[in-house]
Amino acid sequence: MQFDVIFTPDSLRLFGAGLVGTLQILIACLLIGGALALPMTLMRVSQHWWVKGPVWLFTYVVRGTPLLIQVYIIYYGVAQLDWIQSRWDDSWPWTGFKDPFMCAVLAFSMNTCAYTVEMLAGGIRDTNAGEIEAAHAMGLSKWQTLVRIVLPSAMRRTLPAYSNEVIMMLHSTSLASTVPAVFDITGAARSIYSDFYLPFEAFITAGLIYLVLTFTLVGLFRLAENHWLAYLKPRGR
Amino acid sequence: MTAGYFYSILEGSLLSIQVALGALVVAVVLGLAGAAAKLSTHQPLVWLGTIYSTIIRGIPDLVLMLLIFYGGQIGLNVMLESMGYMDYVEINPFAAGLMTIGFIYGAYMTETFRGAIMAIPTGQAEAGLAYGMGQTRVFFTIVLPQMVRLALPGFTNNWLVLIKATALVSILGLPDMTYLAKQAGAAARGQTPNAPLLFMAFAAVIYLVFTTVSLVALRQLEKRYTMGVKRGNF
Repeated sequence: MQFDVIFTPDSLRLFGAGLVGTLQILIACLLIGGALALPMTLMRVSQHWWVKGPVWLFTYVVRGTPLLIQVYIIYYGVAQLDWIQSRWDDSWPWTGFKDPFMCAVLAFSMNTCAYTVEMLAGGIRDTNAGEIEAAHAMGLSKWQTLVRIVLPSAMRRTLPAYSNEVIMMLHSTSLASTVPAVFDITGAARSIYSDFYLPFEAFITAGLIYLVLTFTLVGLFRLAENHWLAYLKPRGR
Repeated sequence: MTAGYFYSILEGSLLSIQVALGALVVAVVLGLAGAAAKLSTHQPLVWLGTIYSTIIRGIPDLVLMLLIFYGGQIGLNVMLESMGYMDYVEINPFAAGLMTIGFIYGAYMTETFRGAIMAIPTGQAEAGLAYGMGQTRVFFTIVLPQMVRLALPGFTNNWLVLIKATALVSILGLPDMTYLAKQAGAAARGQTPNAPLLFMAFAAVIYLVFTTVSLVALRQLEKRYTMGVKRGNF
C-alpha cells in the first residue's frame, strides 16, 4: 500500500474539490427535491384520481428505474434533443441543460423528490383520524388543519425514514462521476486511480470520506430526532 | 436497423437478470451468515458481522464496486505472483460484478434477517432445544419458516434496490442493457432521430417491467406466508 500518494498536496486538493462537489450536489438536490416534494405530496394524498394519478405515475416510474439510467436519460437523452439545444443558449430554463452539473442535479432532484413524496404521503395517511376531527370541531379550515395539525406531525413521523433517504442520496451522488465534467469524491478517486494505477489507495480513501460523511449525517439526524421527536422518547427519571 | 438495436438491448436484459439473480443468491447466503454472526454469543463473530454491515452500508455501491473490481484484479495478481505464478490473470467482469453486488446487498440482507430473527419469540427456539433438536435443526425447522414472513417486506425492498443496482455493472464494461442502450444511442445518432433518449428510455421501460413483475410476485408470496396471521384492525 502506498498511501503516501494520497497525502500529497495535489491528491489532497483533488479530494477536497471532490468533497465540495459532492456536498454541492447533495445540498442542491435535497433543496430542489424537497421543495418539489411538498406540493406533489399534497397532490398525492388528494381524493381526486386526476390529481393524484400523475404524481403516482411519476413516483412509480422514478422509483422503478435505476438512477444511473435517469442520469443518462437526462444527460445523453433530453439534453441532446435538437429542440433543447436550439434553446439552451439564451432561453431559461433550458440553459440548465448545457451544464452537466445541472443535468446531474436535475436527475438526482427528481429521484429524491419521488422517494420523499411517497414517504411524506405515508406520514400524512398515518395521521390519527381523531386529530383531524378535533381540528374540524375547533372550527379550523381545511388549509389550517393541514398547516397546523397534519403537516407538523406527518413531517416528524417521516424524519427517521427521511434520514435514510438523505444517506441514500449521499451515496447516489457518486453516480455524478459518470457524467463528464462533474467532479465529486468518486470522480477524484477515479482520476487518482487512473493517474497512479493504485485502486486500493484511491477507492479506500474515497470510501473512508463517504463513511465519515455518512456517520456525520446519522449524528445530525439523531440530534434532529432528539429535538423534534423528543415527546416520543420514554421518559427517564 | 433501429429494431436491431432494440433487440440487442433486450438481449442485454438477460445479462442484467443473470447478474441480479446470481447476486441475490450470494446476498441471501451472506445475509443469513451475517445475521447469525451478529446474533451469536461469540464476541468476535458479533464484531465481524457488525463491521461488515456497518461499513458496507456506509459506502456508495459504485465506490465499492470500483474498489473490488479494480483492486481485486491487482490484489489477485500480486497474490499469485508471490506464490510464484507469473501469468497475468484477468478477473471475469461478470463474476466480479455479480459477487460485488451480492457482497454489498448481503449487508442489507443481514439487517433484514437479523430483525426478522429477533422478532421470533426465543421461547420457540428454546422449546426446540428442550426437545433435543440441534442448533441447526432448530434454525431450519423452527426459526427459518417463520422468519420468511417477517423478512419478506424488507427482502422485497432490498431486491428492488438490487435489481436497479445491476445498472452499475455497465460502468465496469459489462454489456448489460444500460451499457448496450448507451452504445446504441451513440451508434445510431444521425440515423434514428433522438436515438440516445429513445434507447435509454427503452432500457428504463424494461427495468420498470422487472420491478413491476417482482412486486406482483412477491406480494403473492407475502399473501401465502401471512395466510394464518391475524391482523389487528382499528
